[in-house]
Amino acid sequence: MDKVIETHGLTKIYNGTHAVQDLELQVQRGEVFGMLGPNGSGKTTTILMLLGLTEPTSGSVRVLGFDPARQPLQVKSRVGYMPDSVGFYDDLTARENLSYIARLNRIPSAEARRRIESALERMGLAEQIDRPVGTFSHGMRQRLGLAELLVKKPEMVILDEPTLGLDPGAAREFLDLIRGLKHEGITVLLASHLLHQVQAVCDRVGLFHKGRMVLEGTVRELSQQVLGVGHRLRLEAEGDGIVERLKDLQGLVRLQEQGDHTYILESERDLREDAARAVLDAGGRLLTLRAEEPNLDEVYTHYFQEIAYAS
Amino acid sequence: MRREGSPWQGVWTVMAKEMADQLTGARMRILELLALVAAVGAVYAAVGNIRSNIGEDPFLFLRLFTTSREPLPAFVSFLGFITPLVAIALGFDAVNGEFNRRTMSRILAQPIYRDALLLGKYLAGLATLAVVLTAIWLLVAGLGLIFLGVPPGGEEVARGLLFLLATLAYGGVWLGLAMVFSVIFRQPATAALASIAVWLFFTVFWGMLAGVLAQVFSPLQYGFLEEVLAQTRMEIALSRLSPNTLYAEIVLALLNPTVRALGPVLPIQLHRAVLGAPLPLSQSLGLVWPHLVGLIAAVILFFALAYVLFQRQEVRA
Repeated sequence: MDKVIETHGLTKIYNGTHAVQDLELQVQRGEVFGMLGPNGSGKTTTILMLLGLTEPTSGSVRVLGFDPARQPLQVKSRVGYMPDSVGFYDDLTARENLSYIARLNRIPSAEARRRIESALERMGLAEQIDRPVGTFSHGMRQRLGLAELLVKKPEMVILDEPTLGLDPGAAREFLDLIRGLKHEGITVLLASHLLHQVQAVCDRVGLFHKGRMVLEGTVRELSQQVLGVGHRLRLEAEGDGIVERLKDLQGLVRLQEQGDHTYILESERDLREDAARAVLDAGGRLLTLRAEEPNLDEVYTHYFQEIAYAS
Repeated sequence: MRREGSPWQGVWTVMAKEMADQLTGARMRILELLALVAAVGAVYAAVGNIRSNIGEDPFLFLRLFTTSREPLPAFVSFLGFITPLVAIALGFDAVNGEFNRRTMSRILAQPIYRDALLLGKYLAGLATLAVVLTAIWLLVAGLGLIFLGVPPGGEEVARGLLFLLATLAYGGVWLGLAMVFSVIFRQPATAALASIAVWLFFTVFWGMLAGVLAQVFSPLQYGFLEEVLAQTRMEIALSRLSPNTLYAEIVLALLNPTVRALGPVLPIQLHRAVLGAPLPLSQSLGLVWPHLVGLIAAVILFFALAYVLFQRQEVRA
């Protein structure tokens, strides 16, 4: 497959400390990749190196086939970047701010005009197009930031904490937009520490800790690695002897009872069929059976707890 | 490691945007007001004095710039005072302002090099300065024409334009200094204060300090002429490290064609000289050429310094 981002042994040292260390990151075209990790774990530094805004101390980077340190203009004309707490020129209007960006990207003015209007329309800022950005709320600025990406029409976008400080409704809209980008075939790199949002939109995630990417994969894979659990079933059933039957299931890691007839089964493999059969074989009545997605929140908390214990 | 792509890409876009900002901002309103007051005040001061001796002076037009009448200063002293302040006002928040507005990483993520951002801002500052200075210059010249009714000669116009150019270079030095500080300090207020502190140092203290230093390093032991000369030369050399001195001497020589030397002159050197006879423009220019080159070099030097510092700066705030 077509690799959009490829780094090998990427390392950045700031004032003697490793901000990023031996990073091996691969992102496929059209993928939504989430970068997770606490503040100061190297996410933003990695992004800056991908854009050629800061030079790696060692290691190699390829973004869309270009070397960001040597060919930054090639990279930056194809990649849209929205920094955390995005800022605009307060005295200029939304339109003027975006048209400055369009001119820096050498988009012909008629085309730029069209793109700006449709992007602001799509972001729900059509009414505010000629208002100075100084009057905008935080959420509106974030949306203006995304509008800028739409004007640029990049092959890949990098979003650094895009939903930070947004109210839940706005954050959900934001996630819809990210899905929209994916739908258009745009690769998305999303750095965040809002886990459920990352889980909601990302195909794969990488967990960063102290400059290293310590875990990488789908949420299910991470869950398997960290919790030893890839699958989770919520089962409601009535009848005697169900518990014993369920406990005998192959691949079961943990069985929890919640209330009278509700059981949570955590397992390495998908146990839906086996669990249903077990209940029926025991002569019980199956009320509900639902597969629950593994929870990134738990993975994250568990992982960092373990690290805290280990140290 | 060579980088690909032109460092010029985006320079004109940045410059156009920055200049538009400067020209429409509140700062510009203040500068325009200052320009108006300066020009009207200068012409008022000069015209009254000049009218009384019309016909005696072959360089009437240049007197517009240099004549003062108590309590108003001459136009040149006013300009020498106001130009650094205007230049500093145009440059002190150039780079740190982008960081504070959190626009820096967003702008640098566009397909331009940092070179383009800095150069665009520098050129925009210089261009704005040129617009302001040219406006004042034209205002003074125009008002002078109206009130005096004497058209300037070709040489006078040429001297006047060179004076304008020197003023621009002088402003460019301070613009460069302000931009260097805007790279070094994250707070625009700190950058502005630092720039003004340097300006005050050169305006008020450097003249005295040059004298003291000259006495220390080149003391008068026996009172010989050689010693006096050496001390004077040293003091002049030291004081010329200040852009203020360079500019003052350029203005002196350009606007007063009778000035024939900018250093100590011995009576023996005046032998057979026709005192009071004006120098041709080329000779006056020759006199101040090193000064002019010095000022322009300082502009380039400050830009280079700001450039190096900015290139090494991390984008992360």
